[in-house]
Amino acid sequence: MNRFAELLDRLAYEPGRNAKLRLIADYLRSTPDPERGWALAALTGALTFKHAKAGIIRGLIAERTDPTLFALSYDYVGDLSETIALMWPAGTKQRMNSAPTLSEVVETLATLGKAQLPAQIARWLDGLDETGRWALLKLVTGGLRIGVSARLAKTAAASLGGKEADEVEILWPGLAPPYLDLFAWLEERAEKPSSRDPAPFHPPMLAHAAEEADLVTFDATEFMAEWKWDGIRVQAVAGRDENDDLIARLYSRTGEEISKSFPDLLQALRFPAAMDGELLIRREGRVESFNVLQQRLNRKSVTSKLLAEFPAHLRAYDLLAEGENDLRGHPFIERRARLEKLVGKLNDPRIDLSPLVPFETWEELTAARADPASGGAGADAHAVEGIMLKRRDAPYLPGRPKGPWWKWKRDPMLIDAVLMYAQRGHGKRSSYYSDYTFGVWSKGESGDELVPVGKAYFGFTDEELIQIDRFVRRNTIDRFGPVREVAHEPERGLVLEVAFEGLQRSSRHKSGIAMRFPRINRLRWDKPPAEADRLETLENMLERRERATV
Amino acid sequence: MRPEDILVPTPSGVCCKPGGFHIDPTRPVDRALITHGHSDHARAGHGAVLATQETLDIMRLRYGENFAGSTQAVEYGQELKLDGARVSFHPAGHVLGSAQIRVECKGLRIVASGDYKDVADPTCLPFELVPCDVFITEATFGLPVFRHHDAGGEIAKLLRSVELFPERAHLVGAYTLGKAQRLIAMLRSAGHSKPIYMHGAVEATTRYYQKRGIDLGQVDLVRGANKADLAGHIIICPPGAMSDLWSRRFPDPVVCFASGWMRVRARARQRGVTLPLVISDHADWDGLTATIAATGASEVWVTHGQEDALVHWCQTNGLKAQPLDIVGYGDEEESDVTGGEAEA
Repeated sequence: MNRFAELLDRLAYEPGRNAKLRLIADYLRSTPDPERGWALAALTGALTFKHAKAGIIRGLIAERTDPTLFALSYDYVGDLSETIALMWPAGTKQRMNSAPTLSEVVETLATLGKAQLPAQIARWLDGLDETGRWALLKLVTGGLRIGVSARLAKTAAASLGGKEADEVEILWPGLAPPYLDLFAWLEERAEKPSSRDPAPFHPPMLAHAAEEADLVTFDATEFMAEWKWDGIRVQAVAGRDENDDLIARLYSRTGEEISKSFPDLLQALRFPAAMDGELLIRREGRVESFNVLQQRLNRKSVTSKLLAEFPAHLRAYDLLAEGENDLRGHPFIERRARLEKLVGKLNDPRIDLSPLVPFETWEELTAARADPASGGAGADAHAVEGIMLKRRDAPYLPGRPKGPWWKWKRDPMLIDAVLMYAQRGHGKRSSYYSDYTFGVWSKGESGDELVPVGKAYFGFTDEELIQIDRFVRRNTIDRFGPVREVAHEPERGLVLEVAFEGLQRSSRHKSGIAMRFPRINRLRWDKPPAEADRLETLENMLERRERATV
Repeated sequence: MRPEDILVPTPSGVCCKPGGFHIDPTRPVDRALITHGHSDHARAGHGAVLATQETLDIMRLRYGENFAGSTQAVEYGQELKLDGARVSFHPAGHVLGSAQIRVECKGLRIVASGDYKDVADPTCLPFELVPCDVFITEATFGLPVFRHHDAGGEIAKLLRSVELFPERAHLVGAYTLGKAQRLIAMLRSAGHSKPIYMHGAVEATTRYYQKRGIDLGQVDLVRGANKADLAGHIIICPPGAMSDLWSRRFPDPVVCFASGWMRVRARARQRGVTLPLVISDHADWDGLTATIAATGASEVWVTHGQEDALVHWCQTNGLKAQPLDIVGYGDEEESDVTGGEAEA
């Protein structure tokens, strides 16, 4: 448990993806079975024991510490698990040697009765050091938030055997903690575990971004076009198990199973097939915006109210397998024809076909992209974020092959905003001011003032980062810890052209508006801050959007 | 005789009227007794300064030859009579030359401990327990959440990281006097034999430690080293330099910070630290409470830090206790930023 705790501790502070991968791989390589398997389960969210409520651990510390000292400490630290982990009366050296293993913790929790839980947690805490106690409390309360996705953990595991994450991803549904067969295969001690899963994930095919200038070099007759929907990419798979029962699953594009969150869509998958498509919310025959979809995502419990209010919909655009047949080697035009037939056979209002965008010349497609409503998307036009171009003859190739698929996004919305605050970044950027808060003008009590409307920390080149960093250091007017307030007056300051994908109302922002996916598009050294945009401009953009949605 | 008749707490430090001196005064005075060389305790401009030889040397290094009107070096354990008071200096285990000061007057004994720690440090003498009636303690880490645990384990953590990321430089923020040299010495005793690099601000004190016979192995200045050559090495710098322009010269640095503050995660995150190392030159909560109890003092005065919690602990354990409001202690760590812009 102490080694696992040390890993979690390192991961919690490490901002770099590659460094995280290396840390996890190093741990998995140097930790024996079944301990590492349980760790992998913890990192991928595959542990299923019932979590301890905060009240239990609060009760444990209350029995052991002075209430005044606890209150002062909690106030200082600000996190309950961390405060308790640090304050827990120190064990003697002998007790320290009785640190539980992660396996012991997980296996005990799986069977332990509720009444025995507090005493058991206390025994474990007695045997662990500060970091070990912190990790244990995070684990048993279910608050293991350390910035590691299941995909990242699987990628690290795959690297043990020099394998790709997708290969592990395909096996994953057939595996169970502590994954002895997986590690045996990765370390070349055993054959690859067979994927007996009747509804496996297929690593997806991804597109490269295209610019208008790229298109003229392509032959329009070789491509087909679809709308690029502003939802989430999913894979809907169904297959028959050994008892001939139909098993249906929904996967995210990284291969994480998200079936539990979408029971309404799952029941529509009535034929053995693997479809690639976009998850959307569709009400009264219209697709809703991403803002609406977001209200359905990331909900802990899927209530019947949620299902009724935000019905999930699959807009299918590819067919990877049908029955026993793997179709990925077939050309797109053939897969598309089979998909059309399948969707017709399913005949379910929850599943429809992503329509083709008819075009013969790039000019026609450019016009459709500029105005999806008249280009064929009709009432769903507001959920279109661009065009997907797919070669008619292309097989379905996992990864991001260059050439067969292109995404041609709509132009983003742009505003000119003024840099107000800058914060140092992390990792490689820890000496650079690389996180920017920007604002637009609004009428205040004493004339015009800037109100913050968003934060961005990418979009600029390395050279621009150095320029902005220099500007921040030379124009600092106040400091708050790692944050600097930068001069932002009508005649003195830096104007940033900010690009973003959408707007929504937000009570958490002073301006009342939140941007989706904002990034720095251009530095406007030429523009005095007084000429930056006003809040009214954003409000008008938002209102136009809302009108289009009603 | 009441303790207040011997030592009076004033905003600029503790004043001994019968002895005619101040201890660690924060403003210039005629006669000052200095516990150790950190800048919040040892300031320039006093008339006469009494301190250990090491503390006087460190003050000279930091402030130049004329840092005081006159100086007198005192040995640990040597008793001196200053007017109506008898004083002696005893190891505090904080940094090289650090001392607790015992003040005795008409049978009443007060110990002003300055900054101290009760754990092993290869660069200075261990803390000596001096039984007393009144104990003046610091409270930098005077909250029960500060448990420094095992510094050796933290050094092992750093070395494992160096091994795992041989293409990166490990930039370790450490206070320039004491912490930096202790880290180097601990790395050496853990078997790390490669050259260790240092920021220019660490040089003077490090060379002084070496001159006093403390084996630190090969320690070189970063200045002059090639960027590529610094991969796989440990570089010691003042905490402020970690986020400074200076840090850009290193290959993909792992930002480490050796401090007792690293025990609290929000503190580490706030400073953008990737590898926090809980290594402190101050006593932790267990050290403070154990030391207070062991002195046998019936009264405790608590200076800089988290006074409230420690005063509360004393009172619930039957000891008379009060906080002393002395302005300006505890600033060494926050202001220990040299080379580059000051930014705590």
